[in-house]
Amino acid sequence: MPIITPAKAQLEYDVAIIGSGAGGGQMAYTLTLAGIKCVMLEAGRSYDPQTETPMFMTGSQAPLRGAGTPDKDFGFYDATIDGGWDVPGEPYTQASSKKEEQFWWWRARMMGGRTNHWGRISLRNGPYDFKPRSRDGLGFDWPVTYAEIDPYYTKVEMLIGVYGTNSGMENTPDSPEGVLLPAPKARLSELVSQKFGKKLGIPFMPIHRAVLTKPLDWLNIPKKLHPGNQWAQKIVADSMMRRAPCFWATDCGRGCSISANYQSTTVHLPPALATGNLDIIPNAHAREVLVNDEGKATGVLFIDKTTGKEERIKAKAVVIAASSGETVRILLNSKGGKGIANSSGLVGRYIMDTVGTKVTGHVPILENVPPHNEEGAGGSHTYAPWWGYKDQAAGKLDFARGYHIEMGGSRSMPIGNNPVPDDLVRGSYGKKFKQDMRRYYGSIVSYACRGEMIPNEKSYCELDPQVKDKWGIPSLRWHWGWSEHELNQAAHARRTFTDLIESMGGTVRHDKTEAARDYIEPGGKIIHEVGGAIMGADAKTSVCNGWNQTWDVKNLLICDGSPFASNADKNPTLTIMALAWRAADHLIEQAKQGNL
Amino acid sequence: MTSPSDFTPLFSRRQVIQMFAAVSASFGITPQANAATVGVADTFAKGYGTDPTLTKLYKPGDVWPLTLNAEQLRTVTALCDLILPADDLGPAASAVGVPQFMDEWISAPYPLQQEDNPVLLEGIAWLNTEASKRFSKSFAELDAPQQATIADDICHITMAKPEFREAAQFFERFRSRAAAGYYSTQEGWKAIGFVGNITSATFDGPPAEVLKLLDVEQTVK
Repeated sequence: MPIITPAKAQLEYDVAIIGSGAGGGQMAYTLTLAGIKCVMLEAGRSYDPQTETPMFMTGSQAPLRGAGTPDKDFGFYDATIDGGWDVPGEPYTQASSKKEEQFWWWRARMMGGRTNHWGRISLRNGPYDFKPRSRDGLGFDWPVTYAEIDPYYTKVEMLIGVYGTNSGMENTPDSPEGVLLPAPKARLSELVSQKFGKKLGIPFMPIHRAVLTKPLDWLNIPKKLHPGNQWAQKIVADSMMRRAPCFWATDCGRGCSISANYQSTTVHLPPALATGNLDIIPNAHAREVLVNDEGKATGVLFIDKTTGKEERIKAKAVVIAASSGETVRILLNSKGGKGIANSSGLVGRYIMDTVGTKVTGHVPILENVPPHNEEGAGGSHTYAPWWGYKDQAAGKLDFARGYHIEMGGSRSMPIGNNPVPDDLVRGSYGKKFKQDMRRYYGSIVSYACRGEMIPNEKSYCELDPQVKDKWGIPSLRWHWGWSEHELNQAAHARRTFTDLIESMGGTVRHDKTEAARDYIEPGGKIIHEVGGAIMGADAKTSVCNGWNQTWDVKNLLICDGSPFASNADKNPTLTIMALAWRAADHLIEQAKQGNL
Repeated sequence: MTSPSDFTPLFSRRQVIQMFAAVSASFGITPQANAATVGVADTFAKGYGTDPTLTKLYKPGDVWPLTLNAEQLRTVTALCDLILPADDLGPAASAVGVPQFMDEWISAPYPLQQEDNPVLLEGIAWLNTEASKRFSKSFAELDAPQQATIADDICHITMAKPEFREAAQFFERFRSRAAAGYYSTQEGWKAIGFVGNITSATFDGPPAEVLKLLDVEQTVK
């Protein structure tokens, strides 16, 4: 595998890609299979899911029984290494001391980035989601339509493998027949939610997740993905063959040693490396995109973290896919801090996260259920897509955009924490306590709002005038603010979930006197930040065009969530990959015409 | 991404540092004032860092030194087994390493655990003082009914008399941590009714008897 040190790098590459996650992985995949020579810079260390994933490890084998700590925020066995809400030596700052004006920035410094631990929820944006301003006058339209992105959603779904069903619901697109893998059976709490949700008009149904519920059709899919390119077909078929379907154990958040779920490190990077057209330099912390006097990108200046020295690589085109915050930081730090691709002044502007709030309830009908295996596909099986488009169109709701519901409540593996809220046992101990624990385990359900945030002027990031990271590179400073749309949406979700739990005879576990400002999750907390280099129809009001190309630097592409002009309730990763594939195709086309 | 636990909040390092500062202040802990208590930023043992090996087996004491002396460990063991005794659902807490886990927990160089440290150590000392007052013995030396007379006074935080309120806070926290330790083991899984961590060719969803019990049907065919 050509994972190299800077000393082994070639003199020049066709394309340099910053970041190895969903966007960088997809670019590397598409470009290298078209014969383009790429180098990828990853700020973290190399990582091998096959040998490093703690499959089947139990809490009793981990420090603190696997409980989360500031070193491993989401638990000892979470796949994220060298990452979290804070990364040692790489500070970020807040412009305001007020909690509601602060941004939580999750980073993962590792090969594959956040794709190693993500929830694998893979939802398509719908037609409305690309033209939100045209519908309700708020935010921005994208310069692309659903019809243009649709074929790329299909390609990505075929490549990574996504389970789910077609719902036929408004603005919740179906995939072509035969593309989705079979949805896993619903768990008990999911079926109960579905039954009671129906009475309230909440449509619980199979979610879409990037987990193989059966082997991928490696005989036929590669032909559809790479028509006329038999070499690419063979490489992709070989890679698909090596992926095993889910064996229905182990949380996906740990990563997957059998490659049953999508992570860049098991799905995008292996075929890209197999082409021989990709070199990956880990521990390469990008500082600047280098540009020449004509304003064209010529390469990347980075710190080799193993030596602390500055290094340069040359390329005919540069792709940044470092995640919104880091991408903004690289753009603004380029040209020695003067910034590039910023004639609009919009680099760093319109950062969006997902609106999050959660309601947890104790549901007595789920007490004392006979033990049975509910591990399933290592994550969610069921969700409710947004069902309120008609009400919004009729002006019945006090918020403009939708949310979907993600739910928890299975009899999942107890690890690190008390599996039952202590107050339920009413002071018991001894034999009675053990009976109580068995009684209440599995009787807790939770519903999470995942809603669309409308871009606003208050939510952005910029270079901090003073603070630098340990290599002397200026850090980011964050600004944040919600509008009434998000707060009202969170309030609607809270009421809806409370009604649902109470309709089951359950009791919610929150203080009903709280206001939306208290229970909306802080900005960044859902780890869906997008924007900061939004795409648009002209260079004055956007940073990128509809091909993820920056207006100012034509051979610079941004292929993570930064170009998103809106942040639909649909989780961003699938859209990042679809846009990246399309951008790569466009770049290949331009290269053929000699336009690079 | 959803946080992995509904019951334990996740804190940012910033929050945690603030929280810890508050806790230190409230307990008046400084290295000089209480050398036996690990608990101030300067004296932090090293944690496992941001890139620990995830696939090896760890046991308490492997990553940071433990705290409890023999007498304290006896008290912790007695209380663990009083809360989680051997019965038809499974072994006692001490048979699956819960006392050692409790020691590891209060010794850990992380803010949540540092916050627990004085609460649990002071609670353990209180138990022995109370046992001595009532029965002239240490808590571990008491027989089960004697232990119960103390436990009954402090086991329910909302029912505890004012003079036992602080001890009840300790008991609640101890019970919750001991449950975390116990139910994270395979024996604990059996006791609580968790089934899983085994490969399977198919996922069949809840069995028919369970569906019937809740009056639902499997809707994914």
